[in-house]
Amino acid sequence: MVENGIGASLARKEDVRFLTGKGNYTDDINRPGQTYAYLVRSPHAHATINSVDIAAAKTAPGVVGVFVGQDLLDDAVGGLICGASVTGKGGEVNKVPPRNVLTMDKARFVGDPIVVVIAETLAQAKDGAEMVAIDYTELPSTVSTSGADADGAPLLHEECPNNVALDWELGDKAAVDAAFASAAKTAEVELVNNRMVTNAMEPRAAVGEYNSGTDETTLYLTSQNPHVHRLVMSAFMNIAPEHKFRVVAPDVGGGFGSKIFTYNEEAICAWAAKKINRPVKWTSDRSEGFLSDAHGRDHVTKAEMAMDADGKFIGMRVTSQANMGAYLQVFSISIPTLFHGFLLAGQYTTPAIYLEMRCVMTNTAPVDAARGAGRPEATYLLERLVDVAAGVMGLDPAEIRRRNFIKADQMPYQTPVVQCYDSGDYDASLDKALANADYDGFSARQAEAKGRGKLRGIGLSSYIEACGVAPSAAVGSLGVGVGLWESAQVRFNPTGNVTVFTGTHSHGQGHETAFAQLVTERLGVPVENIDVVHGDTAKGQFGMGTYGSRSLAVGGIAIANACDKIVAKGKKIAAHTLEAAEDDIEFAEGSFTVAGTDKTMSIGEVAFTAYVPHNYPEGVEPGLDEIAFFDPLNFSFPAGAHVCEVEIDPDTGTLEIVKYTAVDDFGTLINPMIVEGQVHGGLAHGIGQALLEGCVYDDDSGQLVSGSFMDYCMPRADNLPSFDVDYAPTVPAHNSLGVKGCGEAGAIAAPPAVINAIVNALGIKHLDMPATPEVVWRAAQAAS
Amino acid sequence: MATVSMTVNGQAVSGEVEGRTLLVQFLRENLDLTGTHVGCDTSQCGACVVHVNGDSMKSCTMLALEAEGASVTTIEGLANGGEWHPMQQAFQDNHGLQCGFCTPGMVMSAIDLVNKNPNPDEATIREQLEGNICRCTGYHNIVKAVQQAAKTMGG
Repeated sequence: MVENGIGASLARKEDVRFLTGKGNYTDDINRPGQTYAYLVRSPHAHATINSVDIAAAKTAPGVVGVFVGQDLLDDAVGGLICGASVTGKGGEVNKVPPRNVLTMDKARFVGDPIVVVIAETLAQAKDGAEMVAIDYTELPSTVSTSGADADGAPLLHEECPNNVALDWELGDKAAVDAAFASAAKTAEVELVNNRMVTNAMEPRAAVGEYNSGTDETTLYLTSQNPHVHRLVMSAFMNIAPEHKFRVVAPDVGGGFGSKIFTYNEEAICAWAAKKINRPVKWTSDRSEGFLSDAHGRDHVTKAEMAMDADGKFIGMRVTSQANMGAYLQVFSISIPTLFHGFLLAGQYTTPAIYLEMRCVMTNTAPVDAARGAGRPEATYLLERLVDVAAGVMGLDPAEIRRRNFIKADQMPYQTPVVQCYDSGDYDASLDKALANADYDGFSARQAEAKGRGKLRGIGLSSYIEACGVAPSAAVGSLGVGVGLWESAQVRFNPTGNVTVFTGTHSHGQGHETAFAQLVTERLGVPVENIDVVHGDTAKGQFGMGTYGSRSLAVGGIAIANACDKIVAKGKKIAAHTLEAAEDDIEFAEGSFTVAGTDKTMSIGEVAFTAYVPHNYPEGVEPGLDEIAFFDPLNFSFPAGAHVCEVEIDPDTGTLEIVKYTAVDDFGTLINPMIVEGQVHGGLAHGIGQALLEGCVYDDDSGQLVSGSFMDYCMPRADNLPSFDVDYAPTVPAHNSLGVKGCGEAGAIAAPPAVINAIVNALGIKHLDMPATPEVVWRAAQAAS
Repeated sequence: MATVSMTVNGQAVSGEVEGRTLLVQFLRENLDLTGTHVGCDTSQCGACVVHVNGDSMKSCTMLALEAEGASVTTIEGLANGGEWHPMQQAFQDNHGLQCGFCTPGMVMSAIDLVNKNPNPDEATIREQLEGNICRCTGYHNIVKAVQQAAKTMGG
């Protein structure tokens, strides 16, 4: 048994620097001769830019450069890209409106950057920005998800008539229509999936630096995928060629999707550093982050279910509209389509599903992947619809789920919406969740609460997600512009310790610990002698980064495969040294042994021999350093059942989550402590969406109303309960480590569990998120 | 510009600052104590909490000049030599941090919380940490960490 291997709740290595103030976040980095950038952003949601006067700003104290969009175009810097081409109705691919790094013709949302001022100090850059004079003609704006495509709505881009970027459909419309025609009962619900601001606690930041001696550009930035940042900025934006461009994502203070994408400010810092030949630093303040970070969710949806007389689902129809914001970001168009539509079967055997999804442009910040990315939207509409269906059928919500579950013995299961699930036991997770939540005792608790004038409700959510993104051929055929394999390098140093390079990136997930545990398990090297390195294009081989709960499910297998290569080579070296046949060498817990003998050699001795190959097998290369690239055969499919119990004061609308129970199937857990923490954080994100968080733009002015932590309600310690977290694992068919991914589950499962509980407490059909006290109070008053 | 002097983590320091320079800027930029973080611009998030004369303080709400003569402790000054403060240890033991960005402020607030209330129950901990926002942990393990530290700190 290897110490601190798979299954150990080992304390995290990275905690040492984070708990002593020694973390190294982008804003902590200062380079000699550094200047500071500040962006002049549009105060209008939609306006023609008639003129930009930067003359006064250029002569302001301390200002060293003032640049507009034309300056980047003059240097052949390309615009920001959309990285996916999704084919919609009639074979038409999504429109891609162009986006300059600094907008020139029009401003299309409040916060659209127009001018950058660079100065000796940040204060001087801000003072200089005050002297920039921009003449605008304000235009009517639209921020409405459901109304942006209405006749006469203000048009954002000539490329997108009626503000429609894509009309997409999925599934068999005729089969669904036939199911509804033959249905014994139908259920329907109209709902809004509220826009969220991702709000990683570390604001975005970038520091660009140029070395004229080597012609190398270095960019430190807040990224979940530094290699992808470099690729996009090299291949499409012409910032610098890849071999002369180092991108470093050091410690990153949370990502949750918002730090996947290439942003204007990052390109500006890299470009301007060469332009002025001095380092350039930009750090977002939180208000800028609210305006300019990619937002998440924002769907308006009608969902309908057709059932037979027993409550079996026979067809589902979803009509939805997704708000893309003012420009298409890197993943954006793939989120409401591929990542949303492919999850609509959920845990159920519904044989026919049809989705119509319209993606519209509005005068709001761009919308892209945010924790869960499409899967929370799918799960929310489905799990709400299932509860409405239970009401229509007069069935208990648990019972209607059981009647429709895909059974464990039906795996692998091909859904009607592309995905083929490889494993799962949905009855098992629901049964365990109901037991842990004491579902059977609920009615007694409800009666007791009623005696105190309180309304108790209980809600279920049986969710599935597709993680471990993703098989390259599959996503490529669907229009995603990259392959989503992962890489790893396992390098033994001559003294026997190990450096592991991973193409994934850790921004809170604890890879430095969990991945070291994986290597310990495979190679028997003590965990303290293993260093996991990520986040620097100059150090490791190309990697695709961290999102979509892929780091362990894809990147972990790359590490394991590199370890296997190490062992294979080590056997040749050990066989030679121990004077045995290679086939007779066994490897276990860090030792190569001649089978059936006590002749043995530690992996450290093998490593030393590989680097000091005086007595060495013929035809074997010196050194012990292996790279593996891994492309998965399928997504992974974590799933589970969550139960939320709430108590509402109908007189005030205030609500308490009295118990939250999660039972998840993540397969094998490498570090259960870290996994549980990921569940907690996801739950907070999901409960935040359900109860507190709502990004609001003013309909008339297009101004962002919820533009700070004063106005946008983040979940705080006293908004949340402690959580009851448990597991019901199954073995995935397509993952050699048996892992599935855990980072997004809570954010996906929680919103419908919470809303189903509130709806249950109030005895109503539906209410929209966020269920603030006012929303709950109004619903309670209307219901009573 | 004006000169400000104070004691930070037990050491006498001074520096030239503008009137508008915040204490957090003085710590990060003048003293290179980058363990104290800036997570917002409305004094809501608490990533910048330090101790000023023993009390937790959002160092973005205070001008550097207001700290003239004060004794300031930051996350860098918590450990006693190689020995961690019980709150630091409790955060690691209980996985009370993930990305680490809110952590310095969270730890400093939590220490002040326990100093002033040696036996806090869960509701008290949650209420008193309301001024520190964490996006990663869901607070569950932070609460556990504070409960452990309260015991080891002698409550």
